[in-house]
Amino acid sequence: MRLPCPYCGERDAQEFVYRGDAALQRPPADIATNAADMFDYVYLRENPAGPIREHWYHAQGCRNWIVVTRDTSSHAIEGAVLAKAADR
Amino acid sequence: MSRLATGGLIDRSCPLTFSFDGKLYAGFEGDTLASALVANDVRLVGRSFKYHRPRGILTAGGEEPNALVTLRSGAYAEPNTRATAVSLFDGLEAASQNRWPSLRFDLLAANQLAAPIFVAGFYYKTFMWPAKFWEKLYEPLIRRAAGLGALSMLPDPDHYDREHGFCDLLVIGGGAAGLAAALAAGRAGLRVMLVDEDARLGGRLLAERHQIDGIASALWAEQAAAELAALPNVEVLNRTTLFGIYDGREYCAVERVADHLPQAAAGQPRQRLWKIVARRAILATGAIERPLVFGGNDRPGVMTASAVSTYINRYAALPGRRAIVFAASDSGWATAADLIDAGAQVTIVDPREAAPAADTLRQRGADILMGAVVSDVSGAPVRRVTVRLADGSMRTLPADLVAMAGGWSPAIGLGSNLGAKPVWSEKINAFLLDDAPAGLAPAGAAAGHFALGDALADGAAQAAAAIADLNGKAPAPARYRTSEDRAEATPLWHVPGKRGKAFVDFQNDVTDADIALAAREGFVSIEHLKRYTTLGMATDQGKTSQLNGHALLAAATGKTIAEAGTVLSRPPYQPVAIGVLAGHHRDAHFRPERRTASHGWAAAQGASFVDAGMWKRAQWFARPGERDWLETVNREVRMTRGSVGICDVSTLGKIDILGPDAPTLLDRLYINTFSTLPIGKARYGVMLREDGFVMDDGTTTRFGQDCFFMTTTTANAARVMQHIDYARQVLWPELDVQATSVTEQWATYSVAGPNARKLLQHAFPAIDLSNEALPYMGAAKFAWEGFEARIFRVSFSGELAYEVSAPALLGDRLIRHLFEAGLSFDAVPYGTEALGVMRIEKGHPAGNELNGQTTATDLGMGRMMSAKKDYIGRAMAQRPGLADPARPALVGLKPIDRTLRIRAGAHLLAPGASAVAANDRGFVTSAAWSPTLGHAIAIALLTHGPDRYGERIIVHDPVRGGDVEAEICHPVFVDREGTRVRG
Repeated sequence: MRLPCPYCGERDAQEFVYRGDAALQRPPADIATNAADMFDYVYLRENPAGPIREHWYHAQGCRNWIVVTRDTSSHAIEGAVLAKAADR
Repeated sequence: MSRLATGGLIDRSCPLTFSFDGKLYAGFEGDTLASALVANDVRLVGRSFKYHRPRGILTAGGEEPNALVTLRSGAYAEPNTRATAVSLFDGLEAASQNRWPSLRFDLLAANQLAAPIFVAGFYYKTFMWPAKFWEKLYEPLIRRAAGLGALSMLPDPDHYDREHGFCDLLVIGGGAAGLAAALAAGRAGLRVMLVDEDARLGGRLLAERHQIDGIASALWAEQAAAELAALPNVEVLNRTTLFGIYDGREYCAVERVADHLPQAAAGQPRQRLWKIVARRAILATGAIERPLVFGGNDRPGVMTASAVSTYINRYAALPGRRAIVFAASDSGWATAADLIDAGAQVTIVDPREAAPAADTLRQRGADILMGAVVSDVSGAPVRRVTVRLADGSMRTLPADLVAMAGGWSPAIGLGSNLGAKPVWSEKINAFLLDDAPAGLAPAGAAAGHFALGDALADGAAQAAAAIADLNGKAPAPARYRTSEDRAEATPLWHVPGKRGKAFVDFQNDVTDADIALAAREGFVSIEHLKRYTTLGMATDQGKTSQLNGHALLAAATGKTIAEAGTVLSRPPYQPVAIGVLAGHHRDAHFRPERRTASHGWAAAQGASFVDAGMWKRAQWFARPGERDWLETVNREVRMTRGSVGICDVSTLGKIDILGPDAPTLLDRLYINTFSTLPIGKARYGVMLREDGFVMDDGTTTRFGQDCFFMTTTTANAARVMQHIDYARQVLWPELDVQATSVTEQWATYSVAGPNARKLLQHAFPAIDLSNEALPYMGAAKFAWEGFEARIFRVSFSGELAYEVSAPALLGDRLIRHLFEAGLSFDAVPYGTEALGVMRIEKGHPAGNELNGQTTATDLGMGRMMSAKKDYIGRAMAQRPGLADPARPALVGLKPIDRTLRIRAGAHLLAPGASAVAANDRGFVTSAAWSPTLGHAIAIALLTHGPDRYGERIIVHDPVRGGDVEAEICHPVFVDREGTRVRG
């Protein structure tokens, strides 16, 4: 499998570390954060059959976290953007 | 000898000698093992898997199910090698398999008499009772009786290589379509890779007598190969089998670099794994001829017609002199012509009404029986053939060869690797790839274009499509004039009314009756059929058997073949040696080795090294006369605590964190506060994962307003770097902060012990090391040897201690400089073991305690958790389960009987409690012999531990040492007040 790193170009997937769903939002940095929100953030994951945006880390490359759009049913990769530039 | 006097693509000036089952034979350069066996009239080459039936050579290619041999001997022996795919070399040794005591006389052939027992799924039915007999009796028996070759059980002495290829167009297969495609793309300037499993390019062009543009097809192939070799943008890999297609247009192949040589040259790999990334690919893998299903169709001397043609035309080896050609396809008639021209007597049996070549071949002396079928074959090798004529009468003919032409199945296995479902074609009566993976196009016979002219034209057209796709436009495809090549076939899936066993899958001994039985028993899905009967399993993966089997199942269940469907193919397409997948990554080269800057110095001091991840760390430095490692470690601890010791701590992770928002980021990473850290100071910090458990610890030093230097544990360096990058790029991209790993930039040595300051003052007279100038947790930069060096007053040992850092390039000089300065203090090098003993004496948590299941409170650091800010893990650390005061927390343990040992991993029980899980109160995380205290000590996680100092507990270790009674105490055993570190 190959991933299109927005910084380095298309690279072997072995260079990357997988993390998972990029849609998750860390609850705001507020001391009174609702524990239930945090629980959802840490533990609950969607497992869609179809396109998903997910975080990968180019550990053996530019060290950028990237958001890859991948179809879990076909492994087709639509594209990738830098996580810091991704829509949140 | 059955070698023809002339012809063939063998080099008669280069004779070779080889042995089969210990007997010597002669062959020529250009032969395969199979063709040389045919030329030597060796017809019996193996015994079948289940029934031990005598078997011969069925095919002339990679699809061979029968002729599996063990090649070479000793550690070099390779079982289950297809004789049809082995290039002959001088001195080749091959041995037949699955026979005992000999190939000619195999006692287990008696299995045939018990054939009713060995029907489909027999091992589910026959060996069920009593159940306990399975493991001890039935399974070993079956394993001995059924099977293929055996491994040598010796380490593989060969070397394997790995290579990456990148190209615009990958052409898989160098037959007619593949050559036409590669020529077109090569001439158009594309970067082309052509892989072909044969020793020379051409495929069926080498095996059939056709003309292309007025020259013989084999010569045309040779000229095409020469043109491709001359094109700088084309890379041709011969003897290379493409075995898998993967996501992202990645293709894997094995190049057999030295398998055709008696022995690999020095430094030469035996095989090479290719990982090829191709923008476009053409699947020009050709087609595989189907056997016909009649009684005794597995007997030695029964071959596919295409194999017969290959042996005659390419290898000048005549497989038989009295041949029956059983042809349901036109291509079989070409084989009949080949046999006649080679001097054989031929009878053609064709179930069809008419065949275009009938008149011509009758004139050339062939007996022709139209509307007839071969019903049964007897003899091993073949002696007699029973034919049912059009009028239903039977005729028995003498014969020593039966050529089967059952029609062709496109070799599309690779194309379904990614899940594309083959679809049935009424036109060619076979499955085709309808929906090929992105970037891959089947061409030629693999796309159902069996006739030569069609295959060439399709190869050129598919290449033109790829060129146009990549370049925007393409030249018109080349046109080829070819001799007539008729390719019509009428499928005949099964010959009814036969008497003997009729095999569908030769390798797994699956007969037509097995398939009918599976259908009767309800295994009517193609996938169930495969598992129940083993049709299509083992080394050949059903290349010759799949379609016949599926057609029989369809007939038995009243479905069409299109409805019954077929199976998908997984990689590898052909067997692949494990060694070539591992490549050079074995033994010491399994993974890279990381050495610190002073590794050589440590080795010269007699260090024993231990693996810490990829790092090699000095574990201890034994001196002459020391009895064991414990004596060495005890000395290292005593000398350090008594005077001064030096330890290489360069492997700790080091991260520079820079930028105006660096303090903010650190506050969010650590449970404690770093924004308040003064410049020139270090602080110990603990990081949590977002789920509230401890991830890592270490010290971070502030060298400037927006300039921090973090250290991590050796084990977690990469994880922490990843964690920080996630925090600053994903969680808080608005922060203006950069982070980069500098682990390998610095060599760092811990100088610990009461004489540490004196040693360093001696080494670096210019630095003010007084308590006022550099207090505990102070840090400073200084110049040394023209470079920036750093000194940190931090301590892991509990002694007055400093860490000195210099650029890694100066690491070796630094360690020598420190020991020169330490001469008058009897400075001692100490390793990770002494380091570990001293940290246990000080109750510092390390890897055993930072095990991913402990909280900061468990480790006695709950009070460090800031209540004034948010940080990663804060919210989840407050969950009831993690905040439970009954959670096991860090304590120290001392054995009541001071002579006894405590071992890490032992569990803790209340005195008198029975040793059951419900009574478990915690466990020992780290234990050591303390030379400072003169007895064993341990730190442990114990429920309500910090409230129980002074109580007694049982350290329960039933596996290694029984129970030890221990006293619970504070986890800091040495200098609890910390006067030494501040001294």
